[in-house]
Amino acid sequence: MAGNTTSKDAKNGLMVRPIKDGTVIDHIPPGKGIKIAEMLNLFRQDSVVIIGQNLESTKYGRKDLIKVENRFLRSDEYNKISLIAPNATINIIKDYEIHEKKKVTVPDVLEDVAVCTNANCISNKEPVPSRLYTVSRDPLVLVCHYCNFECKEGLIRLKA
Amino acid sequence: MGFVNRDIVSIKDFKKEELEHIFKTAEKMEKDGYDSTLLRGRKVGLLFYEPSTRTRMSFDAAAHALGAETIWFAGVEGTSVMKGETLKDTIETVANYVDLIVMRHPFDGSARWAADVTTNRTKRGHKKVPIINGGDGKNEHPTQTMLDLYSIRKTQGRIDGLEIAMVGDLKYGRTVHSLSYALSMYDCKLKYVAPDSLQIPEHIETFLNRNHIQFTKHSKIEDIISSADIIYMTRIQKERFPDENEYNKVKGIFKINRALLSRAKPTARLMHPLPRVDEISVDADEDLRAYYFEQAGNGVPVRAALLSLVMGAIE
Repeated sequence: MAGNTTSKDAKNGLMVRPIKDGTVIDHIPPGKGIKIAEMLNLFRQDSVVIIGQNLESTKYGRKDLIKVENRFLRSDEYNKISLIAPNATINIIKDYEIHEKKKVTVPDVLEDVAVCTNANCISNKEPVPSRLYTVSRDPLVLVCHYCNFECKEGLIRLKA
Repeated sequence: MGFVNRDIVSIKDFKKEELEHIFKTAEKMEKDGYDSTLLRGRKVGLLFYEPSTRTRMSFDAAAHALGAETIWFAGVEGTSVMKGETLKDTIETVANYVDLIVMRHPFDGSARWAADVTTNRTKRGHKKVPIINGGDGKNEHPTQTMLDLYSIRKTQGRIDGLEIAMVGDLKYGRTVHSLSYALSMYDCKLKYVAPDSLQIPEHIETFLNRNHIQFTKHSKIEDIISSADIIYMTRIQKERFPDENEYNKVKGIFKINRALLSRAKPTARLMHPLPRVDEISVDADEDLRAYYFEQAGNGVPVRAALLSLVMGAIE
């Protein structure tokens, strides 16, 4: 592989320069790339950010992809990405090469990452850190530590 | 059995043998009388953010019968909650004054949060102040379920092998949800009687199926009246209906009067978590099968047993 631009990238017409150091988030469901970029505050920094939308994917048909230079993710950010893009792959790029490849997984416990979908839950009414337990990953089902409410995929929102 | 300083938040936190231990303790207290020195010098905080007659007064009665003092508020009028104080801050404060807190609060999950707050205090060197959930929004009311089970056990001599019918608002009523979870630990036949719009929710059905609990759904009280050992009535809550016509369609169907109750087995008992509106007519009160007021009375021994166990006064 030449740097972090793959042959698939070339097929997708992604002929932008590879990044030297940074992160590539791959296998994002189509339409969710911007959402993840916003969630990671990528638009508020000076480094290079490349967002590809509706790219061809052999695995999923279509996908979004993000490349960001000089930015590495924290573990809480991995957790947040897992809720938006459960099949995402995170490539850590160092000196143009893939230094590490990680697959995101929804953790067993989500501490203050997502919002309980029960509007009457104490965690939505007062300044209480949310805590959700993963009971199923496919489909995604989370249960609130406080009110036992089942939060189902599609309705789960990230904490601001 | 591990009751000391334990938070009583959800009925799902309990095993069958733990519930049986609570019932045996309550039974002994009822039989032998309350020891008024058992909790002498202890203080119980009763924090009732929402209206309550039976839960608050029976906890108060139970605490006093065992020699404990109670300090309380009933309704947030006159408290700092009116000034916007958070639940955390109220709990942090009251935990300095009492040995145990009983709380009813309008928000779902508030009891678990209060329990977390008093557990976190222990990391700062304070003693644990256990929380007993007296009802958190539409979520749970575990001590009601305990006294319901105690009442079933007391009147029938057992819980296993009984046919238990729950009638009325099965969709929104938290008491029937918690009772269903608790009865899944026993070998019972459950019958749910409600209009389609108020039948038992899907997640409870899934839970019962997963635990191989026998249950059937019915649309008329007449279907179950002659075979049920326990008829557990609930109030149909008008405020839950999207429009009044829908409410009017169902409100009259689920009523029991003395004539209908007379068709029940002589050993059957009619229960209700109360308050009732008109789902049980007043003439039924005189039937020996009507048990709802005695059921409310059972709140005292069950709550006295819980206070004693959680405060470590008995094992």
